[in-house]
Amino acid sequence: MSLLSVHDLFVNYRTQGGPVPAVRGVDIEIGTGEVLGLAGESGCGKSTIAGALLRLLPTGTEVTGSILLNGEDVLGMRPGRLRAVRWTETSIVFQGAMHALNPVQRVGEQIEEAILIHHQAGEREAHVRVGGLLEQVGLPPRRIKDYPHELSGGQKQRVMIAMALACNPSLIIADEPTTALDVMVQAQVLKLLKELQRDLGLAMLFITHDLSVLIEVCDRLAIMYAGRIVEEGPAQSVFYESAHPYTRALADAFPAIGEGRFRKAPSGLPGDPPYPQDLPGGCTFHPRCPLAFEACPHIDPRLFDVGPGWRAACLLVDSAKPVLEAARTPGSGP
Amino acid sequence: MSTRRYLISKVLQAILTLAFVLAFNFFLFRAVGDPVTQLLRGHSGISAQAVLQLQRQLGLDLPLPQQFVHYVKETFEGHLGYSYFYNLPVSQVIAGRIWPTILLIGLSTLASTALGIWIGIRQGWRRGSKYDQGMLAFTLFTYSMPEFWFGLLIIMAFAVGVGPFPALFPTGGYETTGAGYTGMAHVVDVLNHMVLPFFVLTLSYLGEYSLIMRSSLLETLGEDFIITARAKGVRENRVLYGHAVPNALLPTMTVTILQLGFVLSGVITIELIFNWPGLGLLTATSVDARDFPVLQGLFLLFSASVIVANLVADLLYSYLDPRVRAA
Repeated sequence: MSLLSVHDLFVNYRTQGGPVPAVRGVDIEIGTGEVLGLAGESGCGKSTIAGALLRLLPTGTEVTGSILLNGEDVLGMRPGRLRAVRWTETSIVFQGAMHALNPVQRVGEQIEEAILIHHQAGEREAHVRVGGLLEQVGLPPRRIKDYPHELSGGQKQRVMIAMALACNPSLIIADEPTTALDVMVQAQVLKLLKELQRDLGLAMLFITHDLSVLIEVCDRLAIMYAGRIVEEGPAQSVFYESAHPYTRALADAFPAIGEGRFRKAPSGLPGDPPYPQDLPGGCTFHPRCPLAFEACPHIDPRLFDVGPGWRAACLLVDSAKPVLEAARTPGSGP
Repeated sequence: MSTRRYLISKVLQAILTLAFVLAFNFFLFRAVGDPVTQLLRGHSGISAQAVLQLQRQLGLDLPLPQQFVHYVKETFEGHLGYSYFYNLPVSQVIAGRIWPTILLIGLSTLASTALGIWIGIRQGWRRGSKYDQGMLAFTLFTYSMPEFWFGLLIIMAFAVGVGPFPALFPTGGYETTGAGYTGMAHVVDVLNHMVLPFFVLTLSYLGEYSLIMRSSLLETLGEDFIITARAKGVRENRVLYGHAVPNALLPTMTVTILQLGFVLSGVITIELIFNWPGLGLLTATSVDARDFPVLQGLFLLFSASVIVANLVADLLYSYLDPRVRAA
């Protein structure tokens, strides 16, 4: 049994202009100790998934499908049970550099709160444990007494990580944990997360728009576009041999230094992602796709098998493998 | 900057402002015209001899710088001059009026703050609910209605008695004159006189606080740390009172404390229509009587209380908001 099993997840935000479909039928499986990377442009629905998993989306948001956490349906939980599951089974590393910490509360108290409300320790023991957690993420325990504004962006992110570990969850959702940090700090935070994941045997859903970050941390990769997963598979395969043209465009946007295939000028992807209220017909990516052909505006592709445990939602994968191969050879691409 | 330096700089700023007010006050009342002429307006046939004597008596024959030094010195010793109208020291005139104002305006400010904040929190927490919409309409109405007009209606209804309403409360004043109540009877008598103006003021100011609290809370509830708290499994009630309210209170607290600075200056209109013998009424009658020394004393007191309230707001803010302490 998977630790997290999401099936056919739909999320509709309620707005004044009518419902906005942010997530449109997503399946996710994460096993114990496994790290799944979820990537895509802003607005593709990846953070909405993070919010949906613990039911943190605004009231009135319509969430359907099933979310099984340790076999228990999150969407059907009563409020008390939901509160008990939050943070103890799954916690979230928010983008801590910004406003994820309460500005008028000491960071130690904010971590301690999680331990205390879940009755994981008495007050004195919790206090000791917070000090230990801070050490674990590379902060001196005296930082317990600091307010968020007294910490740097990287330190705040470390506090967020310590907070996420406070109740020993088996799954951690890292929602853009390195965004808004400078590159050196980003690398440090990434290294820390990787080490903690390995040492504690944590399962992780790692969400970011930065594919080059994911390739370092993840076992598997899922790429989202316009509310759906368009490619999913082993991280290395998805990144280096992308089956979906969108994945390839994303990967090319982050050239790895010293690698031959990035020698040619890093190619950007023209255009903007579509508005969720106004999705193009057929394959939602076709207006931006360099390889689109006649069928693309008419057929909405399902996920086709590319290899073992590797699937992509592109007609080229299904019907015309040779076309895809031809497109991959240098010179014929965009 | 350290907390201590922050405090010291704020206190110094307050003292500087106070000194400026002191000087300004002196020149303001000399700029409005010769006090003796003002004082004798309407009296004819007064000899030049008498005018000179009056000038000397009031210390107006001295050169201006000397007058100023004299004025500052006297002010620091607590002598604010002599009332033309009451023939009493200004400090004594003011002292006799200060308590009714503090009692009425102070209590109604506190009541409207507490009630307004409570209403605002409940509105913001359940935005768009029937309660929120109803309260929004109600508070906007009471906030925009002129308090003297509302006061007159209340007097008509509950003090004079109109139609089905009996005359429940006295039309005005601080106590029943000549009744000579003492002890508990006196307290009850004063409270009985205070009911109507207290009600009018509390209702008139309520909206200001509930509107600020509501919008401030709405803003705070949209912050990321609220989602963090929920994700941790914090109960809704604690999300509100443990995380959202402490942040949302900051702007409301500032307004409240600043408003407390205006307590002393009273509410001239309300004190007038309810004949409440406070500092507001004293201001109005002193203007009528051209009693400049009293006005000068009042202005100084009002300015000082606003400045002190500002200082308190700064200090309190630095206590409540750790970010200000460090900035």
